[in-house]
Amino acid sequence: MRYTYFPGCSNHSSSRDYEESTREVCAALGIELVELQDWNCCGSTAVMAVDPMAAMALSARNLALAAAGGSREMVVTCNSCFSTLRRAGQFYQSEPLTRDAVDRALGEVGLTLQKPVPVRHLLDVLLNDVGLDGIGARVSNPLVGLKVVPYYGCLVGRPKNDFDDRENPCSLERLLGTTGAVLLPFEHKARCCGGALMTTKTEVALELCRDILQEAVERGAEVMAVTCPMCHLNLDAYQGQINQRFGTKFNLPILYFTQILGLSFGLREKELGLTRAMYRRFDYARV
Amino acid sequence: MEVTEVLSERELDRGFSHQVQDLPGAGGLEKCIQCGTCSGSCQMSARMDYTPRRLIEMARVGMKREVLSSRAIWYCASCYSCTVRCPRGINITEVMSGLKSLAIKNEMCSRRDDGPAFYTSFYDVIKRYGRLHEGSVIAGFAWKTNPWRLWGMAPLGWKMFLSGNLEVLPEKIKKPAEISLLLEKLGGGVMKR
Amino acid sequence: MPGSDATSCGILRVVAGAEQTEIGTGVQGMSDVRTGVYVCHCGSNIAEKVDCARVREFASELKNVVVARDYQYMCSEPGQELIRQDVEKNGINRVVVASCSPRMHEPTFRKTLETAGLNGYLLEMANIREHCSWVTTDREAATEKAAALVAGAVARVAFHEPLEERFADLKQRLLVVGGGIAGIEAALKVAAGGYQVTLVEKEPSIGGNMARLDKTFPTLDCSACILTPKMVAVAQSENVTLYTYAEVEKVEGYVGNFQVTIRQKARSVDTSKCTGCGVCYGKCPTRVPSEFDAGLGTRKAIYVPFPQAVPNKPVIDREHCLQFTKGKCGVCARFCPTGAIDYEQGDQLITEEFGAIIIATGYETWDPAAAPQWGYGRYDNVLTAMQLERLVNAAGPTKGKIQLQDGSTPEAVAILHCIGSRDENYHRYCSRFCCMSSLKLAHLAREKTGAEVYNFYIDLRAFGKGYEEFYNRVQEEGVHFIRGKGAEVIRKDGRLAVRAEDTLLGRYREVPVDMVVLNTAAVPRRDSEKVGQVFGIQPSPDGFFLEAHVKLEPLKTATDGIYIAGCCQGPKDIPDSVAQGAGAASEVLSLFAAGKVKISPVVATVDSQLCSGCRVCLPLCPYSAISYDEVNRTAYVNEATCKGCGTCVASCPSGALSVRHFTDEEIIAQIKEVLAV
Ligand code: SF4
Ligand code: SF4
Repeated sequence: MRYTYFPGCSNHSSSRDYEESTREVCAALGIELVELQDWNCCGSTAVMAVDPMAAMALSARNLALAAAGGSREMVVTCNSCFSTLRRAGQFYQSEPLTRDAVDRALGEVGLTLQKPVPVRHLLDVLLNDVGLDGIGARVSNPLVGLKVVPYYGCLVGRPKNDFDDRENPCSLERLLGTTGAVLLPFEHKARCCGGALMTTKTEVALELCRDILQEAVERGAEVMAVTCPMCHLNLDAYQGQINQRFGTKFNLPILYFTQILGLSFGLREKELGLTRAMYRRFDYARV
Repeated sequence: MEVTEVLSERELDRGFSHQVQDLPGAGGLEKCIQCGTCSGSCQMSARMDYTPRRLIEMARVGMKREVLSSRAIWYCASCYSCTVRCPRGINITEVMSGLKSLAIKNEMCSRRDDGPAFYTSFYDVIKRYGRLHEGSVIAGFAWKTNPWRLWGMAPLGWKMFLSGNLEVLPEKIKKPAEISLLLEKLGGGVMKR
Repeated sequence: MPGSDATSCGILRVVAGAEQTEIGTGVQGMSDVRTGVYVCHCGSNIAEKVDCARVREFASELKNVVVARDYQYMCSEPGQELIRQDVEKNGINRVVVASCSPRMHEPTFRKTLETAGLNGYLLEMANIREHCSWVTTDREAATEKAAALVAGAVARVAFHEPLEERFADLKQRLLVVGGGIAGIEAALKVAAGGYQVTLVEKEPSIGGNMARLDKTFPTLDCSACILTPKMVAVAQSENVTLYTYAEVEKVEGYVGNFQVTIRQKARSVDTSKCTGCGVCYGKCPTRVPSEFDAGLGTRKAIYVPFPQAVPNKPVIDREHCLQFTKGKCGVCARFCPTGAIDYEQGDQLITEEFGAIIIATGYETWDPAAAPQWGYGRYDNVLTAMQLERLVNAAGPTKGKIQLQDGSTPEAVAILHCIGSRDENYHRYCSRFCCMSSLKLAHLAREKTGAEVYNFYIDLRAFGKGYEEFYNRVQEEGVHFIRGKGAEVIRKDGRLAVRAEDTLLGRYREVPVDMVVLNTAAVPRRDSEKVGQVFGIQPSPDGFFLEAHVKLEPLKTATDGIYIAGCCQGPKDIPDSVAQGAGAASEVLSLFAAGKVKISPVVATVDSQLCSGCRVCLPLCPYSAISYDEVNRTAYVNEATCKGCGTCVASCPSGALSVRHFTDEEIIAQIKEVLAV
């Protein structure tokens, strides 16, 4: 299996651990990831807020590069990149005015788009292309009894994806169920962590993250599984601040779902970037 | 007590609703039935000066200044909770981003809000390098708002650096000029007809 | 251009305002064809977009046209008079009316022709309203198209021949499908008129959804108290034959003569022996969630769904009965004092003939488990409105006590309107009775528990007689109204909470409650598609059955002799369902009183010279109207059954089939003229 891979800015900086675990897990499953040549920022929500058409332009350049490189499908690990790139493809196809404007601008830099390549989240690819059997076959180190809460955040399911329910997603439960871990029910699974508001509305975002961590801990979670660098940053790096502000005692490892899979495949701490945790490192000896 | 006056027809900007709807994904405002599902689904609406539903109505009516200078738009986390539940299929999240961009473009942003400074810093960095560089965004943001902010953020930055999660120098794409050209061609906030 | 010589022909004296062009008597072409063309303005409906005078001028030049006129309302009495006058004075023998859809006024103008002494089938209509003026803003284009359609009609009408309508006998027996309030009402009314009625109900008892309700708005009379007398009347009526636990399997024939096959599902109880004593379900060891109680209570594997059931005879639910699943038990058979239990009983097929059919299959409520945000199926004490109806009902699972899962009484109850209705994510339409039923439930909850009751609504639609007054009464009882849709139900601090915006305040609220009631959409029954196929009736876009005309023929369907009533056509409250049941009955009574059915002469005919006897057409006819004549070796069309749909014509390899007035030469002539303009 071969896919074009769009790492997104975070995987090259604040979420190296996601990048490392993604590459390791994909290699273990025989998935070849070909990094998109000269990719740029997906056109994230922050850009949209300044200039929605500029955000379209950024997304469109990535999609055009993928098309030019003969890509069939593009895999993304970041929820926000996933949503942004899909959104661009969708508006490009459904809004003629947007399409014309994008085409004209791309033409200036010698690119064409026409038919955006499908953009897929790694979660979808592992679940539906590799499949549970394929994953299960690679599990050599079952995480028996490890209590995990699945946290999806917003943008993997909203506004829409093709593989899961948007109000009550369950892909993570299905996927991580193969590792022998116990997936706990989690009502905050698709609530917002605050995203970029952590910088501009810190108070509010800290509160949202507190609520998420609170339920996780009340449910007896040992680990929280996430699918997005932004969620990871907010829930891990800011855990100390949350504790400070609210007098809580959270000490919960936040792991990318790829890291959890990697653990069950018997991959090592370093390979999975587990040492990069900012607040609470996962107790590797536990597995 | 706030004194409310007659909503003067002269103060309304009839074209405003169309300006909003010209943005990608932000159409269909006329369909809104004012049910409030959006605000009820929003985790931020309790903190907003106007709820999302109210902003939609204000935009429809043409209360441009009030909408664009509201703080509510900067509280939107772009979580799409409203959008997926709107019974009339309105993409409220896109409307919210559109309003942010119009506020910046029209220089009507609430002066009490840090949002615009953050998003424009972010935008500037992308425009320069084609990719995100957290350090530069934070520096730009602090510069525009309150340089002392850097002091508060330093510990986190240091931690990120130690764990290898912070790039000191920005990572650039090969053809950054292509990005600025693209942004100029397509930019400007409002859809080019 | 107003005809300057109009005054001389005397017509303007009869009909003021009619514009005309007269072409004297110079007949061109077929010497015996003399056509009159009438262009209708339909007030401004047509005239606003179509230049009617120009169309009239244009028509006057066409072959065979002797007179062309345009007039404000052709369907009005003076408009029709124009045609009559021309028949008399100008000797026209073909008529083209360019106006609205023939569905609307073809019968009107046929009559006009007949009263003028012409055969009603020497008429052709050109639809210049629905096909021209209503579908464009371009006056020029509309006028051109109108002219083209008129030219086509003129060319075609020349080939029309006088056709004779015939009559067929009619069975004065009615089939009613569905034993809810609408079906019951229809059956009783027609039975009271002295005709035989067969009522088929899928469930073990008649009563439908109304039997499950506690009180009814706005008068708060008990649903069962007003319904059961009618159910009993059905059982006692000499003219009604009742099949419960039965379904219609096949329908053949046409208005006046339907052959219907009914499957009587095996009850496993011999109803002729059963006395309804109830010993069997007292003894049956198997408990099953009760459908009647919306899953809140239980019933036995042998059961009558509710105490007032008609007939009051049990059925065995073979899916759950141990005798059937495990092959051993037999408790009910052992205890039945009359030996009525019959495990061997099989389904029975009954074939009967009917003259008319009323479909009143009702609705069901939407299952909100499909939308997790409202907490149904996830949290305790989130109920549907139907579940609350059953809780409040004295015969319900809690004997009428509104209580939480743990048996305690709620202190605060939220009622959420429009759940799954008025929502593009689920159903776009308004379910029509939920506002009022929410008010009623709010009243009952408040009365029975003293709880604070919050109604979350988008708009309150209290449109019926006494409804607004009822709303006011419930307000005065202290029920809270929050104008904002309940967006989500969450669990908070050990209770439930409804997240919503109070839109009148512009404030976000989280209202803590102990019980949430979801008033869910009324939806078509899950088997309605199948029912539609069996009876050959179409669904509307919302999935409910389609009426012939939403305003003027709400009870008829596109199939003659098949009527619809009640919620199967769309959500309705009880008063409206009753009115429709009675209305459908009156349709049937007038049909039966006429004693005969008219048969359209526009049917297929076989040219026996050309027919090769290949029989390709036989299986294709959707009405089974074609048979094969072994002696003459040709196909043969039963004109009483043929609908003139033309399916066979297209299939015939020898070109032996044609439909009257739709012959190849007619249609080709019409197309040629349309394209020539
Ligand atoms: S949810 Fe949609 S229809 Fe309802 S108020 Fe919000 S934008 Fe309007
Ligand atoms: S997208 Fe914005 S407005 Fe909509 S629910 Fe999320 S935070 Fe609220």
